[in-house]
Amino acid sequence: MKGYSFLSLARQALNRHQGWPVAWRTPELKKNYDVVIIGAGGHGLATAYYLAKNHQIKNIAVLEKGSLGGGNTGRNTQITRSNYFWPQSAAFFDHSLKLYEGLSRELNFNVMLSQRGLLTLAHSLHELEGIQRWANAIRINEIEAEILSPIEVKKLVPLIDIDCRFPVHGGFIQRRGGISRHDAVVWGYARAASAYGVDIIQQCEVTALNIQSGRVTGVQTTRGTIGADKISIAVAGHTTELARMADFRVPITSMPLQAMVSEPIKPCLHTVVMSPVIHMYVSQSDRGELVIGGGADLYNSYAQRGGIPLLQENIAAVLELFPAFTRLRLMRQWAGIVDITPDTSPVMGLTPLQNLYISGGWGTGGYKAIPAGGDTMAYTIVHDEAHPLIEDFGLARFETGALIDEGAASGVSH
Amino acid sequence: MTPSPTNRLTSGGRIDRTQPLSFRFNGKPLQGYSGDTIASALLANGIGTVNRSFKYHRPRGVMSAGVEETNALLTVSGGNGDIPVVRTTVRALVDGQLIKSPSGFPNVNFDLGRVLDFTHRFWAAGFYNKLFKWPSWRWYEGTVRRMAGLGKLPDGEDGNKYFHHNVHCDVLIVGAGPAGLAAALGCANSGARVLLVEQDHELGGSLLADGAQINAIDSDTWLSRTTSTLEDAANVTVMTSSTVSGYYDHNVLTITDRSTTGVVRFWKVRAKEVLLATGAFEQPLVFENNDRPGVMLANAAMTYVLRYAVKPAHVMVVATNNDTAYRVAFALHDNGVRVPAIVDSRENIAEEVSKEAGERGIPIMAGSVVLDTVGTKALTRVSVGRLSNDGRSTVDPTSVIACQGLAMSGGFNPNCSLYSQAGGSLRYDAQLACFVPDEEKACRQRVTVAGAANGKFSLADALTEGARAGSTVTGEAGFACSPAEVATSALGSYHLKAMRITPTGDTSRQWVDFAHDVTVADIELAVRENFVSVEHLKRYTTVGMAVDQGKTSNLNALTLLAELTDRSVEEVGTTTFRPPFMPVPMGAIAGPQHGDFYAPARLLPAHDWHVDHGAVFENYGPWKRPEYYATNGRDRETAIREEVLALRRSAGLFDGSPLGKIEITGPDAGEFLNRIYVNNALTLKPGRVRYGIMLSENGIVIDDGVFARLADDCYLVSTTTANADHITAWLEQWHQCEWPDLNLVISTVTSQWAVATLAGPNARTLLQEIESDIDFSVQALPHMTLTTGTFLGMHARVQRVSFSGEMSFEISVPALDGRQVMETLMNSGGDRITLIGIEALTILRTEKGYLHVGGDTDGMTNALDIGFGGIVARKKTDFVGKRSLLRGGDQRKDRRQFVGVEPLNDNEELESGAHFITSQREGRRSQGVVTSACFSPTLNRVIGLGLLEGGFARKGETVTVFDDGRTFDVRITDPTFYDPGGEKMNA
Repeated sequence: MKGYSFLSLARQALNRHQGWPVAWRTPELKKNYDVVIIGAGGHGLATAYYLAKNHQIKNIAVLEKGSLGGGNTGRNTQITRSNYFWPQSAAFFDHSLKLYEGLSRELNFNVMLSQRGLLTLAHSLHELEGIQRWANAIRINEIEAEILSPIEVKKLVPLIDIDCRFPVHGGFIQRRGGISRHDAVVWGYARAASAYGVDIIQQCEVTALNIQSGRVTGVQTTRGTIGADKISIAVAGHTTELARMADFRVPITSMPLQAMVSEPIKPCLHTVVMSPVIHMYVSQSDRGELVIGGGADLYNSYAQRGGIPLLQENIAAVLELFPAFTRLRLMRQWAGIVDITPDTSPVMGLTPLQNLYISGGWGTGGYKAIPAGGDTMAYTIVHDEAHPLIEDFGLARFETGALIDEGAASGVSH
Repeated sequence: MTPSPTNRLTSGGRIDRTQPLSFRFNGKPLQGYSGDTIASALLANGIGTVNRSFKYHRPRGVMSAGVEETNALLTVSGGNGDIPVVRTTVRALVDGQLIKSPSGFPNVNFDLGRVLDFTHRFWAAGFYNKLFKWPSWRWYEGTVRRMAGLGKLPDGEDGNKYFHHNVHCDVLIVGAGPAGLAAALGCANSGARVLLVEQDHELGGSLLADGAQINAIDSDTWLSRTTSTLEDAANVTVMTSSTVSGYYDHNVLTITDRSTTGVVRFWKVRAKEVLLATGAFEQPLVFENNDRPGVMLANAAMTYVLRYAVKPAHVMVVATNNDTAYRVAFALHDNGVRVPAIVDSRENIAEEVSKEAGERGIPIMAGSVVLDTVGTKALTRVSVGRLSNDGRSTVDPTSVIACQGLAMSGGFNPNCSLYSQAGGSLRYDAQLACFVPDEEKACRQRVTVAGAANGKFSLADALTEGARAGSTVTGEAGFACSPAEVATSALGSYHLKAMRITPTGDTSRQWVDFAHDVTVADIELAVRENFVSVEHLKRYTTVGMAVDQGKTSNLNALTLLAELTDRSVEEVGTTTFRPPFMPVPMGAIAGPQHGDFYAPARLLPAHDWHVDHGAVFENYGPWKRPEYYATNGRDRETAIREEVLALRRSAGLFDGSPLGKIEITGPDAGEFLNRIYVNNALTLKPGRVRYGIMLSENGIVIDDGVFARLADDCYLVSTTTANADHITAWLEQWHQCEWPDLNLVISTVTSQWAVATLAGPNARTLLQEIESDIDFSVQALPHMTLTTGTFLGMHARVQRVSFSGEMSFEISVPALDGRQVMETLMNSGGDRITLIGIEALTILRTEKGYLHVGGDTDGMTNALDIGFGGIVARKKTDFVGKRSLLRGGDQRKDRRQFVGVEPLNDNEELESGAHFITSQREGRRSQGVVTSACFSPTLNRVIGLGLLEGGFARKGETVTVFDDGRTFDVRITDPTFYDPGGEKMNA
């Protein structure tokens, strides 16, 4: 992998950029792989990367039915944070945030991590107590969180109308939280994985799994059958479909989650602002667009498009907090399909089938988990045993009852 | 060159010369006319450079005459703050308007930012992904952010009004150009409800700048007759200045309507049939420096001359790959613009156009393409080269033509955004070199496309197809209608050569996307680096992602991508079009849903009465409820303490009206509730009340409250205020989806009843003084019973339930009588009764150890964790959540369980939200949370409730608490601090 640096850019600029190598190869599909990963989104590619880097497994294919990063990785609102309530989640997501903090250098690809702070608002005394409970939990988990008074909120984000219909009673901020560039993350992992020899196969849809006596042996795809010692599923939005192919059930429902951006303007919002109760979150991208999200559409669907009611509710919520945005125009609206579990925590680890692994149920928060998801799944695949950080996120918890409900910490309730 | 003071023609056009308008551009006073757009007025004044480009800060002029504009996106002040990113090509000029170029330092004519253009080689696509990793992105981000953005957030108040409208129609026709008008004419008087929507303030589309003959009369006359016919037709509603922006499922479309000044209306249309006559966008040609001021789309040049009577320049070269630009050249020529040459990439030019050019003396340079342009702020000359035989290069010599403008036509691309949003597929038409609706593939909506939007680029074809489609869709909607008679003799040849990109020259100076400064070199680089899927190309180079959403750049980018990767354009495909077609003000989307209407406050039936009694209100969900009563100028703390003590000593009156009230009626009501509640509902006798909890399928406590049996087949369920709506929906879901066989009706009666709760040792005595036929004695009405009767002459339900731990009567009367009950009780009780707000009640119930679902429980608290183990064990029949409680994880002894808590040191501030933590020795970890805490006026000390790991077995234990960095010790107790035996409550 040829390095990206100021020097290489300068050299290439003089050479009219003729000498840049491909970011990732377009390999020939082989008949057999040590590991086949289904889904070339952030999680799939990160898993492949850490398998190659940390575990020296190089004979890996990542299969993608569309183009890499075309699913939820390319549709989310780019928020990274680790302000979780339960210790298991906090440990996992903070590991992820720490990996994010070094990711641009590790991948030699600027993922534009902008730790501008993530502010969560409370709109009543009761919510303020909830925020205190949440912030204390975060601090006990040894992650920073700072409670802010309404005045401090106003000082931090002057555009917020703290006397709106549900006046702001306070909030808390995780200063290490923020945003990064989602496409850059997936491209960075793809490039680094490809350089390790990982085969990223795009336009290759998995249609069936080959199973022999409780053990997976390969996949059937639109480009033929591929043998694999181990298979891992990382297909946000379609986890239930893949599980169906493997003949086991996952307690997941899939719904469209909308996101939208305004026309770009000069910097005016320097913090990510979330209001779990008013149901909105907003940040301003480096391009100047306001990036807006809210609750999921209230029906199950695989169609990656949103409806009008949620759009209206979402925009109304943003404007209630930020009346100055009324004259900005909404430029683009889209949706991704989110996999929601009963306790809103992910499903990661082993499956009822031997040599088949799963990473799904990410709900609305898979993007921030990409580095840790990849790291821990790589370990899990190699050791055939859940990585300590994800032990509690296995499918078994729905049978044992050891749930990890992050309803509050998943940002916006479902 | 010296720009002439005015480029305005002395006659013609659709402007009103009797109404001059003054405006300022970057401070300079200028004049235009009513009927002008801002862009046409700027051109009329000879303004070449209107803005600077996004990335390289190059001078840019007006590029189009429509919504596809990429350059003239300016800041406009007009009584409503400085609005950024205004498409001045479609925004009407208004007297007194201040127009500003958003970029350019120190000004738009001399911009230091241009240094980025001179060093452009460093800033190729994705350069930021390769740079700025050391020491971290944070060091660079601020600078990069400041450079992005197309204007500032408007300041000051938004003076616009925003409204929402809903409308149904049989046929929605989008676009009132030739095809849309022909269609609408046919359905006029068909009886179908027709809605014709046009984004311009006038109907006509391309006819507004045409001059062709229709039905043997000139198009202007035909247009005004057609407009009157449609306006007179009772079944046709015409909307102008209205843009259909989104196409959603079930044929629901949204319209942004700006037809009234100062008002933006957001329409939701539910249409039986939709006809899209949305026209097409002319595509630019790609050559070196094709972005200079003076270079514009050919049909834009024609629009400026014919519609606005403005010469875009005095000397204009026309460059084309098809016949349509000839009509532009003729219009320019006929209106006094010198056209020194038509540069045509085609070798053979049809005689019908070449002959007419000859008659006007316009030379045609066949088989040639524009190579480059020259000029700093305005165009001074263009160089033209002949294509080689294989068309892959050019041959010498190069001709240089002096000019001030260049009109270019790369042919048209149908405007398929709405069709794509509707789920329609597009196919690449190699002959037309553009994407057209693929009629072979089914679309999930009831939609038809006609005219230029369907690849019918000639006026004749558009009219014919529009008329036919209008009749067909009206028929589909169930109304008889024959196609309108429309015919034209207008020149309709097209003869497009599928070539828009000059094959030679410096590709880093050939613009594909003007708005985002994406060049051919950027696309080459993306391909070199293997960003070869459309999505990757778009995101890596940002082509088509600017505010115009690629209306003039996507097609050229896709064509290039196909060429560079040896694929067909069909294979490359397109990206998905997303709503909205044109950006919509966010205020319009929210409409009136803001301020008081954001979530309309729910008020107590006796709200005003509470106001008169000094209530200080707070939001509790959607409700405004008295937090406390600031009687006699008491402060909050004093008021709350006195309210608590008054209730414990004598009596308190609390307005409990918002409490959720759901009646379940029918023979299976008992069976239904028995499946919903953890508690047994069947054994409850009429007239009796029981406290119960509801669980989710996961065994998690989702609500609590009492339920009463009013009769054998009728129950009254009380829910917590916050969950009232949710629980109603939850019950309906179980009834409708899982147990439709159960015979019952669920009705919410929350707002039918006002509830006055009188509690305290004197409550009974006070009630007995009131006129009523109800026996309030403990024998007749003991705790947890219900009776009905007449109270103050009103029909009343009285429940003996208590949330405070005192003897308590919950009196429900019809909502409108709420005020009278409160008033009578207060007057009759005098000093013996005190009004109680929510905060006092919260303390009272904490003293009693009554939990608040959602506060004292969280998303992990199951029935066993709050002490319902015995009830669960005793209930033999199934209920929602029972299966989950059987899991090992749900029965663990170390789960977080409901406890009481008190600080060891009385002075310690114990607050809700603090955590119980393990000792340092074990490694600090949360063992649970303090969920409620208060200073108890009754007990004169601090108490609290909490959820603690293994809490049931830890009463008496000392545990450390962490709160906001502080740690201190507390004792774990029983949650019931007050009257554990319940004697007071049962009195």
